[in-house]
Amino acid sequence: MAEGELLIKNGVVYDPINGVNGEKKDICIRDGKVVEEVKNPKVIDAGGRVVMPGGVDIHSHIAGGKVNSGRLFRPEDGRRGLEAKTKVCRMQSGYSVPNTFATGYRYAKMGYTFVMEAAMPPLAARHTHEEIVDIPILDNAALPLIDNNWMTLDYVKSGDIDLLTAYIAWIIKATKGYGVKIVNPGGTEAWAWGKNCDLNDTVPYFDVTPAEIVKSLGEANEKFEMPHSIHVHTNMLGHPGNFGVTMATYDLVKGIKPSKDRQVLHATHTQFHSYGGTNWGDFESKADAIADYVNKNEHVTIDIGSIILGDTTTMTADGPMEYSLYQITGRKWTNHDVELETGSGITPFLYSGKSPVNTIQWAIGQELALLVKDPWKVALTTDHPNAGPFIGYPILISMLMSKKRREESAADMHSAIYDRAALPSIDREYDLYEIAIITRGMTAKALGLHEHGKGHLGVGADGDVAIYDMSPEERDAGKIQKAFLNTKYTIKGGEIVVKDGEVVATPAGKTYFVTPECDDTLTEEMLKKLKDKFEHYYSVTFNNYPVQDAYVPNPYEIKAPMRG
Amino acid sequence: MEITDVVCALCGCVCDDLVVEVEDNEVKKVKKGACSVGKSKLMGHGRIKSPAIRENGSLKECSYDDAIKKAAGILAAARRPLLYGWSSTVCEADKVGIELAEEIGAVIDNTASVCHGPSVLAIQDVGLPSCTLGEVKNRADLVIYWGANPTDAHANHMKRYSYISKGYWTAEGKKDKKLIVVDVRETKTAKVADVFIRIEQGKDFLVFSALRALLLGYEDVVPEEVGGVSKKDLLEAVRLMKEAKFGITFFGMGVTQSTGRHNNIVNAIQMTRAAHTHTKFSIMPMRGHYNVNGFNQVCTWETGYPFSVDLSRGYAWYNPGETSSTDLLVRRECDAALFIATDPGAHFPGESIRHLAKIPVIQIDPFANPTTEFADVVIPAAISGIESEGNVYRMDNIPIRLRKVVDTEYLPDEEILEKILEEVRAIREKEGE
Amino acid sequence: MNARLISGRTIAQGQNLDNKLSEEYYNAVAICEMNEKDMEKIGVSADENVEVRTSYGEVVVKAKEGGGNPEGIAFIPMGPWANAVVSGDTHGAGMPQYKGIDAEIEKSEEKVLPVKELMQRYMG
Repeated sequence: MAEGELLIKNGVVYDPINGVNGEKKDICIRDGKVVEEVKNPKVIDAGGRVVMPGGVDIHSHIAGGKVNSGRLFRPEDGRRGLEAKTKVCRMQSGYSVPNTFATGYRYAKMGYTFVMEAAMPPLAARHTHEEIVDIPILDNAALPLIDNNWMTLDYVKSGDIDLLTAYIAWIIKATKGYGVKIVNPGGTEAWAWGKNCDLNDTVPYFDVTPAEIVKSLGEANEKFEMPHSIHVHTNMLGHPGNFGVTMATYDLVKGIKPSKDRQVLHATHTQFHSYGGTNWGDFESKADAIADYVNKNEHVTIDIGSIILGDTTTMTADGPMEYSLYQITGRKWTNHDVELETGSGITPFLYSGKSPVNTIQWAIGQELALLVKDPWKVALTTDHPNAGPFIGYPILISMLMSKKRREESAADMHSAIYDRAALPSIDREYDLYEIAIITRGMTAKALGLHEHGKGHLGVGADGDVAIYDMSPEERDAGKIQKAFLNTKYTIKGGEIVVKDGEVVATPAGKTYFVTPECDDTLTEEMLKKLKDKFEHYYSVTFNNYPVQDAYVPNPYEIKAPMRG
Repeated sequence: MEITDVVCALCGCVCDDLVVEVEDNEVKKVKKGACSVGKSKLMGHGRIKSPAIRENGSLKECSYDDAIKKAAGILAAARRPLLYGWSSTVCEADKVGIELAEEIGAVIDNTASVCHGPSVLAIQDVGLPSCTLGEVKNRADLVIYWGANPTDAHANHMKRYSYISKGYWTAEGKKDKKLIVVDVRETKTAKVADVFIRIEQGKDFLVFSALRALLLGYEDVVPEEVGGVSKKDLLEAVRLMKEAKFGITFFGMGVTQSTGRHNNIVNAIQMTRAAHTHTKFSIMPMRGHYNVNGFNQVCTWETGYPFSVDLSRGYAWYNPGETSSTDLLVRRECDAALFIATDPGAHFPGESIRHLAKIPVIQIDPFANPTTEFADVVIPAAISGIESEGNVYRMDNIPIRLRKVVDTEYLPDEEILEKILEEVRAIREKEGE
Repeated sequence: MNARLISGRTIAQGQNLDNKLSEEYYNAVAICEMNEKDMEKIGVSADENVEVRTSYGEVVVKAKEGGGNPEGIAFIPMGPWANAVVSGDTHGAGMPQYKGIDAEIEKSEEKVLPVKELMQRYMG
């Protein structure tokens, strides 16, 4: 946070959380926060350019064990992003798996100031935090994986939602995490034996179903005033015909009342879960069905996980999915199962516009954004780096804003896009206000971060501002893309961190973590069972497990009391 | 005073359940958890007493400040410096080391270079299907050690994590499991195996190929004997692999340091992928030092590459075989070297040492060793995991925080490096760099 | 006698990792383990010295029985004595050939150099 005053004048401001839609408006910042007025400020003349709050990414894999295994086993990707150190910046490498420094710089250059690391294996949480500390500029948080944990499975089986609540409180605290992440519930545990689970299959040896896991965690999460809902990667990711499973999962938590004014379930990288057909031959888009569900229901939000064409590195805690993908491509494959908790797989993948399946996938992500009517229910993501690297966001923004650009792109791609996808028939074009919603307003709200100064520019908000080098009237898709790739200015906590597309300062980001406040008696009872797991099955001790304070040098704590 | 949950800073097992008795700021006893090697480390040995600088052939004691100034002067003046070691220290120190390397355009390399570097090259070729050690403990009913001798090198490995340990589906310990050992000599580990397969030295690649072919159903192409192993024994091994519910291969330097090097590991991993078509199968390198993996992790997230990184261009250039320590030294390319928490004097080939004896060498270490014999600046450090804390990565990528159990006057590695870095920057600023 | 030389860790070597200038380390590491028959072949008994010679150097170490070595395989614990005869050629992979070096081993009357004297050979 920078001391002193800053005035941004002559900007055309898009601040959806405060209903500001393209108004010419001054923004005053003092000591890192937005204020009513300033007296003796440093002045930035935005010159009629587009001004937005700092971007908030709701789901991206930027730090931790599998991201680093991805970097390690892809030196060829490293070579795609080499940049020498400068007076301000450390060395950079990588494209789909950039090093930590490049991750911070490149996000900041796109006007982003907060990124959620979407999957943190609890046992390796220290690793995620160690990398986060090395990501400059960005405020951040991480979601611990809680759905394949033996503790969770045991409590789901016995129906002890209260004890499950005590466990999730403990593990979120122990990992300095932000919320409840669910990835292929039950399926990752099954993968430890080389198997997988559909939504209503029984998890081997544990006698529970993925459906029961999702429902129980949904209920347990709402026992606290958690800023975020459960964050779900549904079963059967990437399988033709999976859209039914996806909607059935949404339905599981429909009746649960959220503890705060938000969704009950955030469904992530929905593109991978909106597939029709029965095999890769008759594979088709079911984005319309998913969008229809989201349009008709209030308890679900989605992020799109849209494809960026080209080579990338796929990585997920969904071990069996990565195995299937490697079976298709025959490329290198890394797998890492984590005792009592989770797993992960990594394999490189090329999304080709010449492939009918990839072309349809490419259409689906954009269809989801265009067919869901209310942008407050949709977030822009590429599930970085799974559907493509985050550095491709400006391409997606230009696609959503320009039907012409979509048509030009589709013309170069496989003709399947005209038969088995809806994209060519959609006329809608996003405006800048809607773009601001899906890249900061909605994402901050869905994460509950708007209450902590993120995603908007109201008085008291963090002085995080992006000034894009474009006028609000710009309609040229190429120019829009360029503007969203490198800001004129990015301001973080009142400090100019990017100027004219160059990083000029690299302050450290804050790590947001949630402290769910659970009843002591419940915690005591839960701990008996947990300690037994450590005694007999974990390979580290109970006392060495929790993430020590040293790993979070810039903490921002959010307390989540039990629901009254 | 009894301290529990002490973490052993010796080998890649990183046992974290040690109980240590400390009195008068001294480790008196290791009561529980450590093997004899770990215990020996905790109980301590004679230290380097003071910083020292070599003058007219012999080391003269000096202050920390003088030694750090001297070290910084050497590094700032060097055109092709090598910064090597980094495996028996904590990640916090590794980070500063990488920053120092970036500042002076050095090559930074860790002991993986002469240990599991070839495994990294193989992983970059085909990936690594693996898991954490707790997965092995709870699930594995078939354990293979290949070119690895944990009884000597990782003495708690079998007891804590693999063949002898008891877990959820392995409640009876070794009664529930089979152990296969593949080696060129009958090691102590081989002696306790259910099946010992003795192969001819240097023939690992062939034997992996044969097993791979058998697992994929190509029995007809496998000759009657491969690398000194009969087809009958190979078929028996494959039967055990197929019948296992969860198999794991741990491989060691018997594979990485022999003829074929990374090619052996590629084939070992391909064997695992072949086994995966029948059952769950994983593979894991037996990492030596307690944080050899940690340096590779930090170096990867900071530079993009795990070891042997040349920063002379300002960005990372990675090409083991060109940018690895042994090659640089044998080519007599380096004009200065910093060694931290390592001992090239004992562990590098003589040819490399011959060059080291000719160039300025800085050593940061708690203990005197053969490297001290030719070091020009010697800087004693606190012992990580006993006198200072910090993060390390176990052989299965699990991060664990070392504890501090006694106080010391010696500076931790991280602080020494920070001071050197600061001093180097001051020199370069003065020179107008 | 011709043999294949390998090097590697042992418990006693590990116990003295931080204690390399000591007699314990010298006793644990300046040794060569061989099959009994090989020892007979060169007429050496335990605790007598052998000279190990490769294309890259030579070193005198103490002979030891056993170590599970088959005939034709000799083992020296990793350390400065083994490395006196290891090649620095990495075959383009960064890794020296620490295992599987062709060596000639004969009985020797020379003394086994203590570590400091051994290191002196590299100086000057």
